[in-house]
Amino acid sequence: MGLTHTSTGAGAAGGALVIQRRSPQDRVVALAGNPNVGKSTLFNALTGLRQHTGNWPGKTVANAQGRHIRHGRDYILVDLPGTYSLLARSAEEEAARDFLCFGGAGAAVVVCDATCLERNLNLVLQTLELMPRTVVCVNLLDEARAKGIQVDLEKLSQILGVPVVGTSAGRLEGLEPLMAAVEGVCDAPQPPEPFRADYPPAVEAALARLEPPLTAWLSGRLPARWTALRLLDRDPSLLQSLSEALGGDPGADPAVSAALASARAELEAAGWEGEALREAVASALVRAAAGIAEAVATCRPTRREARDARLDRLFTSRATGIPVMLGLLALALWLTIWGANLPSSLLSRALFWVQDRLTDLFWYLHAPAWLHGALVLGVYRTLAWVVSVMLPPMAIFFPLFTLLEDFGYLPRVAFVLDHAFQKARACGKQALTMCMGFGCNAAGVVGCRIIDSPRERLIAVLTNSFVPCNGRFPTLIALLTMFFVGAGGGLGRSLLAAGLLTGVILLGVAMTFWTSRILSATVLKGVPSAFVLELPPYRRPRVGQVVVRSLLDRTVFVLGRAAAVAAPAGLVIWLCANLRVGEGTLLSLCTGALDPFARLLGLDGVILMAFLLGFPANEIVVPVMLMGYLAAGSLTDLGDLEALRALLVQNGWTWRTAVCTILFSLFHWPCSTTCLTIAKETGSVRWTLLAIALPTAVGMGLCALTAAAARALGLG
Amino acid sequence: MLSSFSLDRLGDGQSAYVVRVEAEPAMGRRLLDMGLIPGTRVTCRGRSPAGDPAAYLIRGAVVALRTRDAASVGLAPGPVTV
Repeated sequence: MGLTHTSTGAGAAGGALVIQRRSPQDRVVALAGNPNVGKSTLFNALTGLRQHTGNWPGKTVANAQGRHIRHGRDYILVDLPGTYSLLARSAEEEAARDFLCFGGAGAAVVVCDATCLERNLNLVLQTLELMPRTVVCVNLLDEARAKGIQVDLEKLSQILGVPVVGTSAGRLEGLEPLMAAVEGVCDAPQPPEPFRADYPPAVEAALARLEPPLTAWLSGRLPARWTALRLLDRDPSLLQSLSEALGGDPGADPAVSAALASARAELEAAGWEGEALREAVASALVRAAAGIAEAVATCRPTRREARDARLDRLFTSRATGIPVMLGLLALALWLTIWGANLPSSLLSRALFWVQDRLTDLFWYLHAPAWLHGALVLGVYRTLAWVVSVMLPPMAIFFPLFTLLEDFGYLPRVAFVLDHAFQKARACGKQALTMCMGFGCNAAGVVGCRIIDSPRERLIAVLTNSFVPCNGRFPTLIALLTMFFVGAGGGLGRSLLAAGLLTGVILLGVAMTFWTSRILSATVLKGVPSAFVLELPPYRRPRVGQVVVRSLLDRTVFVLGRAAAVAAPAGLVIWLCANLRVGEGTLLSLCTGALDPFARLLGLDGVILMAFLLGFPANEIVVPVMLMGYLAAGSLTDLGDLEALRALLVQNGWTWRTAVCTILFSLFHWPCSTTCLTIAKETGSVRWTLLAIALPTAVGMGLCALTAAAARALGLG
Repeated sequence: MLSSFSLDRLGDGQSAYVVRVEAEPAMGRRLLDMGLIPGTRVTCRGRSPAGDPAAYLIRGAVVALRTRDAASVGLAPGPVTV
């Protein structure tokens, strides 16, 4: 159901995986599988947790663990990032393999996509070599049925030699039989003897030579056949992990080392070495998987295939791909603006009515004026603004974005935009991380882990904050509405606002391409690396669940942040505005000091100060700005945008100020959470500083240019 | 040398069979993950607005590849024995 509370904000990056056992009886079960087969949905269903789910490959980038209790015993389920193989060519594959090898898992569940069984079986065969105590979970059976695909689960189980269970995790079907099978393989005194893929005869001969001494050396810690294969292909990353985990290099054992030397010599004589050997082993697995899939799955074409092909043509073809993408973006923004109008005005009326009652109460209690000022005019009023002006658009856009994500549209965006990223010498998957940025820049930065090449990943991290996150949308909407559209609802006005906002976002996207290109030409030189992107089948989003879940999630999240950040900020502003220092107040002193520089950018001291104070959370920028102005003025009723506009105009705002504030809102330093996440993800202060400096420099440059041009032309 | 018929030349809706994969190692491994080995049937499922990348149906999954990468996959029009 899209980004969740735990997958955005400070929790996005996750931590190192440490299995949290409550008792030595606890059983650790690894959930492995290809990307986008519904592993996290299954994990959530079994553990009651809420990991980020959505219809695109690569959402789960951090390991997660959760508990499932069965017959009084705890099963610790570990949701591994999706991988196509365990041959450890990328960070996730290495992490998944190392966890299966050395993570202490007693069993594994390999989750397969029933609609694409053939490719999924490849990972199953690899896992069986490594972990015989495995349950194969054929998921998305409901989708497979709709696509006319039948899987003979019994026959599959016979061939593989391990339990096979069919599930539709999204509908909570098949979960009980799955856990019963997991319990069964854990309880079995002897591990099952699973299917073995046949390798070329020379490889088999080498394995036969190497397995006996290895079996003795490993004494059951790892399967000998699998370890022998890895020794033969000289997998350096594994040899290191092996030595660390098993307390010694198997090559140091005389019997193993002698067998290994002669096995390698025989293989080399037969022409199998290096990449050729690796390819032969991998191809044998692909062929075995194809053979099994053919034996157990039958497919008769249905209308679903044709529907997906039609949708793909609509979303990605030359004629319609880009117009439809822009149309969907504008539609989502229009729904946000139009939908936020009513709740926004209702909330603001209600909250400011409460403010008046609070004031009455303070009067009645003869509370001192400073207390009323600090608590009601400072803390409460800022909170009221965050809730009434900022919350509604955030709570509406987020579910809309999630619906598109669930439907499977995001990979199509990446497909359509890849050409532009290719020109910028970046990875097309950056489009996915950019889309995540619309939800939350911190989540977008973590999402960059799906990009394999470190160079391209850094480009994506450094440019992520060029797209406005959920917390910046309301600011943009409010400013556009006040200065360029006119407040007060109406279909035409909301359409115009949505059009303008689309333009602003496209500017952010264009700037993403442009800075990516510049980075590729300067500090991050290089050529584009391998790009393989899966376009998953479209899925009907679970509308009710998504809307309720992400609306609640967003509301709770924003309210929590408002209490934690906006309320203290309101207090600070009120104190600054009322503490006298010499001639003026502390606030006027601060804003006065910032003012000359801010004027160069077409802003003023209060605006710049609001952005500085908004560092912990972008949604408090506008409320802080209003507090700053109000401290000097005497307006009290600020129920609607029209009144807000009057306040801003009174403080010298023109359309030029609005343009510059919009630009600066789009391009300035990332929020504190995003900065921390960047530091965590890059592990480098230097790159974090660049990630802060880059958008700030762009924003300041654009604002200064706009301000200078407007002045030169005598406008505003 | 690759034959003149490579994956990037496959027209929309056309199918063919993989003869060889001559991608650089990182790309080769990714293609192997997708099950793209000699003998595999591939179908072109359409191109992006700019013409590059294109989408291919490989072993039941739709996968997007850039022209540069698809050019390293040699094809034959009919089934090949490996």
